[in-house]
Amino acid sequence: MKPLLDVKDLKVHFPLANGSSVHAVDGVSFQVNEGDSFGIVGESGSGKSTTAQALMRLVDPVAGSIKLDKHDLGALEGEALRTLRHMLQMVFQDPYSSLNPRLRAGQAVREPLDLMGLGPARGRDKRVDEMFRAVGLHPDAKRLFPHQFSGGQRQRLCIARAMVTEPRLIVCDEPVSALDVAIQAQILNLLKKLQIEKHLTYVFISHDLAVVQHLCTHVAVMYLGEFVETAPTQELFASAKHPYTWSLMAAALSPDDTTPSTDRFTVTGEPPSPINPPKGCRFAGRCPFATDTCRAEKPPVKTFAEGHKVACHYAGELTPPLPELAAHAA
Amino acid sequence: MDPVLEITDLKVGVDTGRQVHSVLDGVSLKLTPGKTLGVVGESGCGKSMTALSTMGLLPDRFAVSGGSIKLMGEDLLAAKPARMRELRGNAISMIFQEPMTALNPVLTVERQIAEVVELHQGKTGAEAREIALEMLRAVQIPSPEDRLAAYPHELSGGMRQRVMIAIALACRPKVIIADEPTTALDVTVQAQIFRLLRELQDQTETAIMLITHDLGAVAEMADEVAVLYAGKCVESGPVREILSNPSHPYTRGLMACTPRLRLGAAAASAAEEGLGEIPGMVPPLGRFPKACRFAPRCALADARCHAEAPPVVPTGPDHSALCWHTNKMEQVA
Amino acid sequence: MTETTSAPTAAPEATGPKPAHPALEFLRAFARNQSAIIGLILLALVLGTTFLGPVFYDVDPYSMVDMPFVAPGGEYAPLGTDYLGRDMLAGIIEGGRATLAVGAAAAVISVVIGILIGSLAGYFGGWIDAALMKVTEFFQILPTLLLAMVLVTIFGATLVTITLAIGAVSWPQVARLARAEFMKIRKLDYVQAARTAGARDAYLIFRVILPAALPPLVVAAGLAVGAAILFEAGMSFLGLGDPNTMSWGLIIGQNRNYLLDAWWTVTLPGVAIFITVLAISLVGDGINDALNPKLRRR
Repeated sequence: MKPLLDVKDLKVHFPLANGSSVHAVDGVSFQVNEGDSFGIVGESGSGKSTTAQALMRLVDPVAGSIKLDKHDLGALEGEALRTLRHMLQMVFQDPYSSLNPRLRAGQAVREPLDLMGLGPARGRDKRVDEMFRAVGLHPDAKRLFPHQFSGGQRQRLCIARAMVTEPRLIVCDEPVSALDVAIQAQILNLLKKLQIEKHLTYVFISHDLAVVQHLCTHVAVMYLGEFVETAPTQELFASAKHPYTWSLMAAALSPDDTTPSTDRFTVTGEPPSPINPPKGCRFAGRCPFATDTCRAEKPPVKTFAEGHKVACHYAGELTPPLPELAAHAA
Repeated sequence: MDPVLEITDLKVGVDTGRQVHSVLDGVSLKLTPGKTLGVVGESGCGKSMTALSTMGLLPDRFAVSGGSIKLMGEDLLAAKPARMRELRGNAISMIFQEPMTALNPVLTVERQIAEVVELHQGKTGAEAREIALEMLRAVQIPSPEDRLAAYPHELSGGMRQRVMIAIALACRPKVIIADEPTTALDVTVQAQIFRLLRELQDQTETAIMLITHDLGAVAEMADEVAVLYAGKCVESGPVREILSNPSHPYTRGLMACTPRLRLGAAAASAAEEGLGEIPGMVPPLGRFPKACRFAPRCALADARCHAEAPPVVPTGPDHSALCWHTNKMEQVA
Repeated sequence: MTETTSAPTAAPEATGPKPAHPALEFLRAFARNQSAIIGLILLALVLGTTFLGPVFYDVDPYSMVDMPFVAPGGEYAPLGTDYLGRDMLAGIIEGGRATLAVGAAAAVISVVIGILIGSLAGYFGGWIDAALMKVTEFFQILPTLLLAMVLVTIFGATLVTITLAIGAVSWPQVARLARAEFMKIRKLDYVQAARTAGARDAYLIFRVILPAALPPLVVAAGLAVGAAILFEAGMSFLGLGDPNTMSWGLIIGQNRNYLLDAWWTVTLPGVAIFITVLAISLVGDGINDALNPKLRRR
């Protein structure tokens, strides 16, 4: 099957005043099939949000290609790009800032249809009503302004707006991280339900491994502008092979485990600056397994079963420091 | 052991100009030396107001209308502003969520730590500098001698939060209130900060009030837990009790809402796991239901829940819940 | 706790003490501001006198009604006469129209140019921004009064040229303000969201960003009116006003030699300018405060 989204060697650099540049995304490749949800996990500064913005062409990549279905999205400009925008839509992180405070809810959801001239003008209101119901809002709420909604309701509005053009792909950039845990669960369940009902395809950006495991079919772990590990969700969580992935897994806290994690695997320090990324493995400075090879040479991407890709010199040779993973590997 | 901080029946209201809305309605908490109390709830439940009342830093139009807050026997609500200034940063200090905005951008790290020491302990010059250096070492900042001269913007998020902790600990306070101290940080850094807080607590016997929405953080850090909902403490008890046997439908709901990481062999079944939901949302100030405040969102609610405020029901050793249906918890989630 | 599916039809009204519509909130905040209300009353007074004045006080401002330099309280002229024996009150009423018209028109010109240049620079950034800002800086470093004087001297001192000259030299400040606002707002998520919804540049600039950037620009426009009035008065005082049209500045300019003998001929139109500019800036401040949600809560 041909993938719906095919990203090859995507690079986004932001030039700085002093001549150097921030290597926000530095050579990322992945494919997403129709109906899948592809999660990108990483810490702040990893470049996951910039990847999302590059897919949406809100920032311009300096290299690489983005193909959506048969369209070369990365190469399009101006009007040609604008007319394709109905094919991919985005849900932003902060539902408080991603709705125009001057537009009523109904206008906000209808706006993409009007701007892109989709469907007959008379049918648009009906379509908006449909979207309101689909995300669990009453169509009567159309006349309200965004500030009259709660955070969770606003995010429902944003989802309705993203879905109204019947996009082939929806990019969700941390759609639940600004919400309270109970509301977060409502929105996650809504996204999952809509995906099944309407066969949506997601690229889902998050810092939370548990959320990604819950919602995604495939996961990429991003560190300092690069994917360090990519795999189908079940494969990744059953047998992760990159030390950075392990550190994220070990740091995740569970409400079921009340023993303080004194002997748990942790890494020291914080990610280095993406302005001058380390020349060998970018994680080497924080990795407890790092050797001189790691610090000097860029790790190759090794492929394991089920398309499990790991960018580590010692992938598959290290024993995972997490008991659950070690037990599974044995 | 005697509690170092005891909040009894605290009532706080906000004056909207037309009427006074209840924000906290009879919250009682206890902090023991060397222990951590996790205060949990969604935004709008009163977590931060509890903290700010204790610090004597309630915003304009908010006022305490009843109850008492005793720090080692001294009633903070009766203390004069001058006395509160003496206590703040000294006997009781606070760690904020966003270290970038809570630190002064135009002062060096050394000045900011030395300032509290000079203010409260009357130490100056070389002595204050020595304490600042010692504190940076205590919070495990690498090459602390060089960091003394740094400004907040020159530090990473994790380092800034360490500096905040250093400032909070500089005067060896009896109580630290940590308001979502790791929410703005990455998970790997969060793990480091929690480990640091625990180590420091073991050395200093400080009591910590950890305000958080994250039950994972509570499991990791807390000894005791208080769950707040719409200005009421709906459940309190030892952490193991609360998380393994929650006795209030709200606590149960929060547990069910939290996605779990399933690693290794357990990953295979993760896809089938549903995520629980609490329908609706926290009622806004002034619209708290009269009887049980959680009733409109509760699966167990019956006519009595909507008519009569529930009693505090003991459900285990030191464990109690504010619910009519503590015996029917298995029916939830 | 319902499993799997999402909460049904959350009632949107249940979001609590609903903030009023922004416009209503704005009016309330404005009405609470005492000095703004005083400014509004003064402004109404000035406008009323200028535009309704001739109905109640029907005296030709250009003809001689008495001896020159009759002090206020005279038999024929309640506010005295000027150096040609013309009625001061009629002059002030008549002159107010030209002064206010020049002020308003010049302000509109400077705001339109300023917003156009500032929004393009702030929205597109890059070399467009660099080029437009160089032009702006060029105008900013020129001594504005001198430049306006040169323009008026070349093109002749008529009301229209004076207005154009004032407008042409006072837009850079508005442009800088508009640019700063545009740079801030264009990064907001909802602007990005509109772009992903297929909005063209013109739609983003005029329909999405400009309405959000407008509040400080409205205030700037108000202050620009005050500044333009002062500017016009200054030019008239220097003898560069339109000699055929009565304005407050012209009255002052023509009578300035007699200030010590007939103080009212200069002071009265001066007071009129003072009150007008004060009223405009009080109202401008009031709008500014009312639009600022942080101050609004007080």
